[in-house]
Amino acid sequence: MQNDIITLIPVIVMGKRYEVPHGLTIMKALEYAGYQLTRGCGCRGGVCGACATIYRKKGQYRLQVGLACQTVVEADIYILQLPFFPANKALYEINTTIPDDLNIIKLYPELLRCMGCNTCTNSCPMELEVMNYISAAIAGNYETVVELSMECVACGLCAARCPAELAPFNIALLIRRMVGKHLIQPSPQLAQRLEEIKAGKYEKELHGLKNTAPGEIEKKYKELQATKGASV
Amino acid sequence: MPYPVEMQDSIKNVAATRQPRLNREFPRLESSDKKQLLENYHPDYRPGSKKAIPLGPNKGELVPIELADLIKSPSRLNPAAIELEKNHYHTDVLVIGGGGGGATAALSAKKTGAQVLLVTKLRLGDSNTTMAEGGIGAATLPEDSPAIHWIDTMVGGRFQNKADLVEALVTDAPFIVDWLTNLGVNFDRNADGSYETHMPGGHSRRRSHSVKDLTGLEIMRVLADEIRNREIEVLEFSPAVELLLDEDQQCAGAVLLNLDTGQHFVVEAKTTIVCTGGMGRLHPNGFPTSNHYGATADGIIMAYRAGAKLLHPGYVQYHPTGAAWPEQMLGLLISEALRAQHAQLVNKHGQMFINRLETRDAVASAIIQECGEKNNGVVTPTGMVGVWLDTPLIDIICGQGTFLRRFAGIYKRFKKYDIDPINEPILIYPTQHYQNGGVEINTNGETNVPNLYMAGEVSGGVHGHNRLGSNSLQDIFVFGRRAGRHAAEKSRQVNLGKLSLDHVKAYNTLLQENQIETETVSPLILPDYRFEKALTKIQHIEGS
Ligand SMILES: Cc1cc2nc3c(=O)[nH]c(=O)nc-3n(C[C@H](O)[C@H](O)[C@H](O)COP(=O)(O)OP(=O)(O)OC[C@H]3O[C@@H](n4cnc5c(N)ncnc54)[C@H](O)[C@@H]3O)c2cc1C
Ligand code: FES
Repeated sequence: MQNDIITLIPVIVMGKRYEVPHGLTIMKALEYAGYQLTRGCGCRGGVCGACATIYRKKGQYRLQVGLACQTVVEADIYILQLPFFPANKALYEINTTIPDDLNIIKLYPELLRCMGCNTCTNSCPMELEVMNYISAAIAGNYETVVELSMECVACGLCAARCPAELAPFNIALLIRRMVGKHLIQPSPQLAQRLEEIKAGKYEKELHGLKNTAPGEIEKKYKELQATKGASV
Repeated sequence: MPYPVEMQDSIKNVAATRQPRLNREFPRLESSDKKQLLENYHPDYRPGSKKAIPLGPNKGELVPIELADLIKSPSRLNPAAIELEKNHYHTDVLVIGGGGGGATAALSAKKTGAQVLLVTKLRLGDSNTTMAEGGIGAATLPEDSPAIHWIDTMVGGRFQNKADLVEALVTDAPFIVDWLTNLGVNFDRNADGSYETHMPGGHSRRRSHSVKDLTGLEIMRVLADEIRNREIEVLEFSPAVELLLDEDQQCAGAVLLNLDTGQHFVVEAKTTIVCTGGMGRLHPNGFPTSNHYGATADGIIMAYRAGAKLLHPGYVQYHPTGAAWPEQMLGLLISEALRAQHAQLVNKHGQMFINRLETRDAVASAIIQECGEKNNGVVTPTGMVGVWLDTPLIDIICGQGTFLRRFAGIYKRFKKYDIDPINEPILIYPTQHYQNGGVEINTNGETNVPNLYMAGEVSGGVHGHNRLGSNSLQDIFVFGRRAGRHAAEKSRQVNLGKLSLDHVKAYNTLLQENQIETETVSPLILPDYRFEKALTKIQHIEGS
């Protein structure tokens, strides 16, 4: 069922020219050109950040960024993959690192070098407001950092382009973890369930179930399904 | 890339039949009809889609052809070319695979006091774990209990699960939610601190804990960060190609391949935990897959050669709704929740052909029949075929704004290609999603090969013949933790003899003796999508 007529367009991969079918993603274009990808390819679905790519269209000076698995090739684009970037990642003990500006600045002093140029936001293939979450981090609005950075795939493009040499994605990861660990109220329901299990509350029932015939269990299942409520 | 003209006519058919379909549901299948549908169209049931394993502990068992072909291939490694005395690494515990299962095993082994080396094929975190959207299952609500979770899981697995493994799963599960929360995973929460939970298909209570539609991404990046904080040594782009044994047939580590230089090197380890995940990239029966690039069943191949026993290796989960257009999203998972919110499945004429709430296996079979034998599928310019998921019904029936509120992630992805799922249907086709079986384990994650452990999708027994949604993420943490702890403790008593690849030589000889010839070698490590293979190809399973 393959279309017989494929329109080929030229693309330039790290300076070499290849003809590839129109409509492919940058990732598939590289493969069509003959690359067996080892670096620069992970989920192939836009969530892992392995395939950060910088490209430039013919006749333009502007560099553009995208995820190779999500961006469609155009004729005469110049492609460079950025499979690895040596970004700074601070080491810390999450249990004792509470979210306050002292801790954050101690781990990432370069945070204060941000000059508000917005290059990070312009370099984000996920279209996140990177500079705004960095500003929120400086201002101590940690919940805002969580909200604005949640979809980050840590592709590294913001860090690669930041003139102040920040690694925004690692700073956001630190703050998200701090918030999740230290600022969210624990669930009383979960605490109770853990106590019950530790006290052995379900052992007997589970033991009994393991010695019950499938037919009986099937019956219990139908009863449970009938009382499951409407929530999906 | 909005819908090309070739597909527009069919979209008009769908729009034209939408109003009359509004208050209609396609009748549910009678159980005899369902049985027939599965037998005729489901890849798991169709005789032509499987092949018997020709040798080894599971000789005679039927598995997908693509997996059987790798099992009966000789090793990609030339054992004679490896200098085993020159082992480059020594460790107590070797963890193979950098997804959620591997990361958890490594953290847990380290915490137990062992020296740990984690090796992985791509980057740490490049895995199916990162892709998980929906959530992680645990009985944390008062109206739920580990016992109810056990019942649901056993029924879902058609009672083929190992009951002890399921008991371990449901009993540890709430502790895992606690552990992840304490590592700083931002689960969706209610104002009082309790978790927001959902009820995926087959479950009887709300117990899936989510982080928007990014659950796996959030958990994986936290675990990877913690691995770095604990300064666990990680070797990326260094897949294992064969396991090592010693003279007593104990597992003793692995031979790795440096993907950048092509060089092999040796790791001697007192205990080894394999967490290499699933097999989607074998494209069983020519299906697209929702899996990541490195899901190539390597763990199964290596362990089988080392003498490990498999359990239910023939059972594969096909998710009925993978994206079929745009080309860039091929195989990507489209959540079941859209059908729960009233999106109907219709063919190229805009006609319904299956009730939207049938089980995954039945819906997948009906789609395959519709696109194959009945020739009612929509053909895309790249040669892919699919049927429509009529997404505009969601806002029409559930109220304006529902789609954006519930499915912002899906909306954003399609919008990138100028497709507006609030007002236009989306094209879908079944996609390979999960490997239900694997290497058989006990509740410590041990296999029948001494010092060899498994955790996660590579293992078999937890889910029987069919896994329920949200149980896999839980599986990898529960058994990752158990295997990590046990392997660390065990490593203190292990004494290894001389390292050997004799089992690989013996396997190759056995293949020759049985005149089993193949052009391939295994494990596969990475799929080959070069040249024309980069273009979409899909083989249909024509109905009999
Ligand atoms: C799109 C999608 C959505 C999903 N949604 C959900 C959900 O909502 N809830 C749920 O419970 N489950 C879900 N699942 C299933 C679940 O995510 C996976 O089954 C689970 O994460 C598997 O974890 P794992 O650690 O076993 O394997 P993986 O996470 O796949 O990790 C395996 C790792 O091993 C590495 N590896 C492979 N071969 C080798 C080798 N030879 N040497 C070294 N390393 C190797 C891989 O590169 C990878 O890093 C989903 C799966 C997919 C694909
Ligand atoms: S390969 Fe994962 S984002 Fe592109």
